[in-house]
Order: sequence, then C-alpha cells, then structure tokens
Amino acid sequence: MTTTRRLLLATGFSIALAGIALAQTTTATPPAATAPATSDSRFITVSSTTSTQDSGLFGYLLPLFKAKTGIDVRVVSQGTGQALDTGRRGDADVVFVHARAQEEKFVAEGFGLERKAVMYNDFVLIGPKSDPAGITGTKDIAAALKAIQEKGAPFVSRGDKSGTHSAELALWKVAGVDLDAKKGAWYREIGQGMGAALNTAGGMGAYVLADRGTWISFKNRGDLVIAVEGDRRLFNQYGVIAVNPAKHPHVKINDGQAFVNWLVSPEGQKVISDYKIEGQQLFFPNATQAGA
Amino acid sequence: MRDVASILPLAVDAVSFLGDGRRLIDGLSFDMPAGGLAVLLGPNGAGKSLTLRLCHGLLTPSQGRIRWAAGAEGRSRRHAMVFQKPIMLRRSVEANIAHALAAAGISGSERRDRARDALARFGLSERATQAARLLSGGEQQRLAIARAWALRPELLFLDEPTSQLDPAATRQIEELLSGLVAEGITVLMSTHDLGQARRLASRVLFLHRGRLIEDASAQSFFAQPASPEARAFLAGELIW
Amino acid sequence: MEFAAIFKAAFALVVGLDPGFLAIVGLSLRVTLTAVLIAAIVGLPLGAALALARFPGRSAVIVCLNALMGLPPVVAGLLVFLMLSRSGPLGSLGLLFTPTAMIAAQVILVLPIVIALTRQTVEDLWSEYRDHLRSVGLEGVRAIPTLLFDGRFALATALLAGFGRASAEVGAVLIVGGNIAGYTRTMTTTITLETSKGDLPLALGLGIVLIALTLAINAVAFGASRIGARYA
Repeated sequence: MTTTRRLLLATGFSIALAGIALAQTTTATPPAATAPATSDSRFITVSSTTSTQDSGLFGYLLPLFKAKTGIDVRVVSQGTGQALDTGRRGDADVVFVHARAQEEKFVAEGFGLERKAVMYNDFVLIGPKSDPAGITGTKDIAAALKAIQEKGAPFVSRGDKSGTHSAELALWKVAGVDLDAKKGAWYREIGQGMGAALNTAGGMGAYVLADRGTWISFKNRGDLVIAVEGDRRLFNQYGVIAVNPAKHPHVKINDGQAFVNWLVSPEGQKVISDYKIEGQQLFFPNATQAGA
Repeated sequence: MRDVASILPLAVDAVSFLGDGRRLIDGLSFDMPAGGLAVLLGPNGAGKSLTLRLCHGLLTPSQGRIRWAAGAEGRSRRHAMVFQKPIMLRRSVEANIAHALAAAGISGSERRDRARDALARFGLSERATQAARLLSGGEQQRLAIARAWALRPELLFLDEPTSQLDPAATRQIEELLSGLVAEGITVLMSTHDLGQARRLASRVLFLHRGRLIEDASAQSFFAQPASPEARAFLAGELIW
Repeated sequence: MEFAAIFKAAFALVVGLDPGFLAIVGLSLRVTLTAVLIAAIVGLPLGAALALARFPGRSAVIVCLNALMGLPPVVAGLLVFLMLSRSGPLGSLGLLFTPTAMIAAQVILVLPIVIALTRQTVEDLWSEYRDHLRSVGLEGVRAIPTLLFDGRFALATALLAGFGRASAEVGAVLIVGGNIAGYTRTMTTTITLETSKGDLPLALGLGIVLIALTLAINAVAFGASRIGARYA
C-alpha cells in the first residue's frame, strides 16, 4: 500500500509539474494568428465590439500594426455600449465601435478625444431557407421587417445594447413597427453577441440582423441564408476614439493615438480593404469620406 | 543514571476539579516518589482518569496544586501519558514515534536512533513502515507505550491501557509494564480490573466519588482494606 | 458541419498540439494552478487556525465561509472587476484585463473552499488527536503542521475541488480578463467565444481537454480518498 501511495503522489506531482512546464513553454511560444501580447512589452488596451473581433479583422490587422510600431494591442471585445463604458471607466486607451450617436455622446461627455470614421460594412438580414415571412431576395429592409412582424415569423434580437442592436432598433422604427406594442413570442431578445445570435437563429429557424463580416466568417450556418441585403439603410459605420487623458491621466495617449492615426492613414485603410475571407472583402475603409 | 535533577517526587496538594458545576475531584492529596507501579483503583466515575490528566497537565486544577521536585515544564518534561484508546497518527509506525520525539525538540540522527531503539525494545521493528492505524489493538497500544517510552519519561501515566484488549494482548502489555518498572520508570496507571491491580501494583490509590479513600501498599490494601467502600469493591459489590 | 467531422477536427487539434491551442491550455493551467497554490498557502493555515481558535462570532465566520463556497463566479469576477477598474479603489495598479486579475478572481473562488474544508478536516482530526498532541506539548499553532500533514488526503481532495471549480468557471475570468486573444484567453472563455463564432471544432477540442482534466482530477481525488481511507 505504501507503494501505491507513493505512486499516486508521484503521479499527482508529475501532472502538476507537466502543467507548470506546459504553462511556461507555451507562454514563450509566439502566438499564432491573433494579437501577440506579453506583459513586458509596450501595449495598449482597445475596447471594441464583438463583430470586429468575431469577423477576424483584428487577427489580421493587429500583427501588421505591431510590426510597424512595436505596440501590442490588447482587444477586449464587448457590445458597443459596454465597450464605451469600459472607455468611460478608463479601462481602455482606445474605443473602436459602431454606433455613431453613442460615439458622439462619448466625445461630448469629454471621455474621448476626436471621433474618426474608419470603415463601414453592412448589415444583412439573415433568415432560414424556408423563409416563413416570404422576403428572401427582396431589397427593402423596412418592408421585410414589417412582413416579419405581421406574419409573426420568429426574429432573434441581440438585445445587448450593442451597435448591431442599436441599428436593429433604428430599422424597426424605419419600418414603422412599434416594438413596445408589437413585441410578442416571435421577438426573442437573447442579450448575447453576434455569433450567439446567429447560432440561436439557426437553432430556431428565425430571422436575425447580422453584420456581414461576422456572417461571412460564421462557420455554423446550417439552414441560414441571406434574406435581405443591399439596402442603403443597412450601412454600418465604424468609428475610433482615443480616450481623453484629461479624464483618465494614466491612459497611453501617445500609443493610443498612434493606433487611431494608423487606422485612418492610407496604409491602415489599405490593410482594412485587403482583409478578405473566402475572397470577399468584409470592411470598406472610408476615413476620407466626409460625414461618415 | 540521569545527569539532571529528578522531577520526582510529584506532590498532589489538596487538588479539586470542578466540571459542569460538580466537584469531580475533591481535595485530592498524595505523593509519587520515584520507583514502583501505583494503581489508581476504583469504579467507573471515581475520577481515576481525571486524576491522571490533572497530574499530566492536560487539565488545570480548580483548587490546589500539582508540584514537581524539579522543573517538569516545557518540551522535555519527562513525564508521558498513554491513553485508554491508543491515538495513532495517520503515519507509519516509526513516524509515530519520530513525531513525538520531534515535538520534544529532538532532531536529526538522534531522533531516528531513538525511534529505532523504541521499535526494537517493543518488538515493532518489522512493522516500522506500516501504517500505524492498521495495527491490531494490542499492537497499537504497544506502539503507544513505545512512543511514550522513547521520550524517556521518569514517570509514565497510563489510563486503563488494557480495557479494550483481549486477554492475550492484555498479558503482553502487563509484561511490558513490569519491564518498564524494572527499568526504573515510575508508573501511575488507572484500572478497574482488580486482577490486573493484584498482578501489577506495588501501591494502590483507591478513589471513590472523586475522593481518595485509601492510599496503601498493594499488599496491605488487598489483605486488609481499611474502608467499607474498598471492602465492598474488593468483594465485587457494586458501590456507587 | 457534420457532428462526426467536428469531433474529428477537434481531436486533430488536441493530438496535433497546435501552438495556439497549447497557448490557451497553458494560460488556463498557469492561472488556475497559481490561484490554487496561493489559496493553499493562505487557506490551509487559516482553515487550521479557524479549526483550533475559539472566539466570539466564530460560528458566523464558518457559516459565511460555507456560503461563500457557492459564490457565483460572475459575482467574484464582478467584485474583482470593480476593485481593479481604473475607476475602482485599486485601479492605479493597472491590473484589469491581465492574467493577474484572473488569478485574483480565481483565488476568491477557491479560497473559501480551501478554508472551509480545511477547517472541517482539521477540527475532526483535532478532536481525535487532542489528548496525544497536548501530551507531547503540541498545542495551538504548534499543532497545526501535524494536523495539516495528517489530513493530507482530505486536504488534497479539497485543493482538487478548488482546482476543478476554478478551471471550469468562465464568468469571472471573462469579466476580469477581457478574453484578450493570446493574453487572457483561457479554455473556458475560448469555448464561449468560439461557440458563438460557430467554430465548433476548436471549442470542442478545448472542451475535450477540460473534460480530460476534470477526469484526471477526479481520478486523483478518488485515489487519494481511497488511500486516505485505508490509512485511517
């Protein structure tokens, strides 16, 4: 029995050692495609949206920025509202989001310096192949949403105050649907990210509003297809803002501003347009476009 | 044989002990000079176990004093105790002894040597690496005595050391105790087993309801008990 | 993707020791092992002291600790988040969204388990050992090493229970770590993220590692308690 006990202790010990060894070696391994970050290097923290993260743009863009400037970018991806709050608390150096009204409020409150337009992508209305609302292939998002509501076809809403959620609510208004009055079992708010919303819609055979970037890179499509696309009202503008050091003196304003400036520079803009999945461009740079 | 002053005699001076508002030990006085095996005799509830614990320092008297001839405080206080139900640490037989020695501040090779001596002295060498709690009841009590012996006590307290053992194991323990007395260790033990008291005792302290009724040599106690309580006890009558 | 194909891809990730995959597993282990180590260093002596000490309010402390064993991880995460946020009392340390913050949150989760189970184990042992330990002069603080050593099998199980709780939780590390790629992304947060992105093979591959880890922990805990029982 003594032997068994020793064996067991030795096994437990080796497992622990192996774990620690693995932990040590892997921290030394250069991380694969995603943002490299080690604790002793120059870094900034960017709070951004789940859609930019889930689309894989950062995985492509950040290593190029790092190679150019030596600055690591640590991205915390949240819904737009939460990402802006993270900036408000001073827990991020830069916010990179897509909800223009909220962004302008953030700057007006003094939490951010100048808001700069970076790029846009567009929203697409995703739905099941069976198309219970009979809208697949149409071009008018307002009419499509109206049809969904009138037929009571299931619709999944992010419900998380994200940029996509804000856009969705605005589109319901455009469609003339008073959600507060018409909300029923057909309208399902899940309070989660874009990918989760797509998974849920796929599982329930529901319609869902998604950004095109996440949709293209989404791998678990099942029966989902694009129902409505191409309406100008589905336009989704991204903006970037450095957090105001007057509010939070510790923010890394120089490195943060360097990131902002690079994104809107010709070089950064080209990198954005170069990012493709399966041959499709996901984001369209428009930093130079007035009023974006 | 000792290069330090003896802790004996032990003087128990008008000691009382109160528990739950009752006087469990009442005005107890006796001396323990060096040598011999004294038995605390009496029915259950007489206060035998409490008396041992008071002497060993596990309990503090409510009144009166326990006095040693020389300092018996601190780590190597040169009196040890063996309990009714052997308390075995969850370790090997040898480690049980080594632990007590370590607690007494004995370190390194001396600790190992003394532990091995104790195992050999009590016939436990072959069990050295086994788990102490897997020994038989008799072996556990033997280990408890070996562990106490390793501390080189002048005075050894034993509380009903054989009450949970079968006759064969009891005989073995009794032989061991006689050996310890022959070695010069003074023993104070409690028992309610008259036969055991007759076989082992050189002196009898007869307790009844927390009071010391008789303190006599074993010979005279068994031949001519002075008190009616002792006579009743020896006659096998239930006294209460 | 087909169910079978997902499993196949997941196993390929596990067996192929993909570096990105290993980095995630490594970070998870580093964070959780460090948290358990800290909880052990703090919790074992504290639990033992609580077992031996008698003071007013002791029962209340014990009840609180037992309740804290069930503290929802997200609440622990939220507390650490509020403390470490730049707008919080410890904001100047700049620890939010770092592995250190994740370790802190997990320590909060593991510590009550370690203290409460240590207290129970040591108290039971003490009631059994008290006479002998006091007889050989070990009381109070001096009795603690003996009690911890002799309770080693039960205490190992307590630490493994803590490890299991910390390694399986996602709420706390997600809130305080921020799930930053390559920096604070653990197995559980990656599973959450990749599931939401629909990348099921990676999520499942990590799930397989987590399950294997849980199995291994439980096997060791079971073995320890069996051997402990034989020793007892």
